[in-house]
Amino acid sequence: MTLTLRRLAGFGPAFVLAVALLAFWEIYVEAGLINPIYLPAPTAIVQALFNNWDVISVNTMQTLLETVIGLVAATVLGLVLAIMLGISLWLRRAVYPLLIISQTIPIIALAPLLLLWMGYDLEPKVLVVALYCFFPIAVACADGLSGADPELIKLMQSMKATRWQILWLVRLPGAMPSFFSGLRIAATYSVTGAIFGEYVGGMQGLGIYMQSVFNSRVIVLLFAAIVVTAVLSLLLFGLVSLIERIALPWYHGAVART
Amino acid sequence: MEEPPKLFVQGLTKVFRHGQQSVEAIASLDLTVNMGEFVTVIGPSGSGKSTLFNIIAGIEQPTAGVVAIDGNPDAERAGKVGYMLQQPLLLPWRPVEENVMLGLVVRRVPHRHALAQARELLKRFGLAEFAQHYPATLSGGMRQRVALLRTVLFNHSFLLLDEPFGALDALTRLSLQVWLLDLWQSFHSSVLFVTHDVREAILLSDRIYVLSARPARVLRVVDVELPRPRRPEQLALEQAVSLEQELTTLLLKEQKL
Repeated sequence: MTLTLRRLAGFGPAFVLAVALLAFWEIYVEAGLINPIYLPAPTAIVQALFNNWDVISVNTMQTLLETVIGLVAATVLGLVLAIMLGISLWLRRAVYPLLIISQTIPIIALAPLLLLWMGYDLEPKVLVVALYCFFPIAVACADGLSGADPELIKLMQSMKATRWQILWLVRLPGAMPSFFSGLRIAATYSVTGAIFGEYVGGMQGLGIYMQSVFNSRVIVLLFAAIVVTAVLSLLLFGLVSLIERIALPWYHGAVART
Repeated sequence: MEEPPKLFVQGLTKVFRHGQQSVEAIASLDLTVNMGEFVTVIGPSGSGKSTLFNIIAGIEQPTAGVVAIDGNPDAERAGKVGYMLQQPLLLPWRPVEENVMLGLVVRRVPHRHALAQARELLKRFGLAEFAQHYPATLSGGMRQRVALLRTVLFNHSFLLLDEPFGALDALTRLSLQVWLLDLWQSFHSSVLFVTHDVREAILLSDRIYVLSARPARVLRVVDVELPRPRRPEQLALEQAVSLEQELTTLLLKEQKL
């Protein structure tokens, strides 16, 4: 209990700073220093968010669906690539350069193409999220796999363990903390990725919603959608951190298995 | 027919090549561990003892010479020894009991049987209350005990212990030495042990091989004639003290500055 309180207290400075910035913003707009059509006050944004929740929530669910499917696909892809990099030097030499080159391709240019190939449904958005997110997962996990203690590998070899047993019993579990660091970064990116995929074309989703409210110059609703995006990203980040705490108790200072 | 020795090493030579240079780590070394014997190898730091152990454990191959376990020079050696390295090397994500059973998991013993054997061993050697603990929460001495039990459970017939107590404080060390002797006697294991510590070697061993500085050769072989079971007090006997003097002098000459 005291631990939770202390953890909360750690967020104190950030909270104070955020409130101060919001207050400054509110006063600035209320004082008539800027046209509230272009920069609405925080209170107006929150109010607009609640008044339009029925429409916004439908679009949010769509974006969330794309994000989660894309993130799961990215996790699978990232893990498979990391294991390929980890198991053989030959595969590493073949795959690693291609992996780096894949990150130099601007998704901005790729997204319309995906749309052209796959249509306006879910698939191209999921693919954009996956392409956006697999890289940090693959790199972090591959680093974790290659970070295994060489002495530990020697011990396993003296037990006549196969390469797969060493991977499964020693290297993969040892890489889990790194894997989760990568996954946390990916989760933070993922919502933005989905919105970007929608921007290029689609029927529904926060990206589409942002575009349409901007085209009709209802800037306050654009801000409302941005708030939802930020909250979604934070929630996903928090969810990944929670899963990590449950999955790796030994890494978070647990004394014994419960 | 006479029983073959647990380990028979003859003319063992190991040369490492780094590009143009070659470094001789071990030069024509002979060594024998008979069934149920406790044999210690002692030598200056960097004298190729770890290389010797890696070769016996089957992780590295010798450049020349014979290495035979159970009188079998051609068989693969990996999987036939319980090898314990200097670090405890416990897996931090596995509780103590699952670390102890690791070797059986590698051998594909069914999980339930492996766990039952690990628990029984922990109970027998007084560590049952820590069975569910993660290694990070244990003291250094405890971790070494767990690592020893893991080694014994994988293969208790032949233990290869590479300076297992090197990093421990004197008192913990003494209690682990006594504990190891107890373990050795109840399993009738054959042991090959490495240490820097002359007193440790005398307390534990039936026979001591003194190695030279690199490249490693056998300088002396001494039988320790102290009665069993050994007690730390025996180190104060005249016989033990003079042996300690003799070995220390020999080692000092080999130790480079």
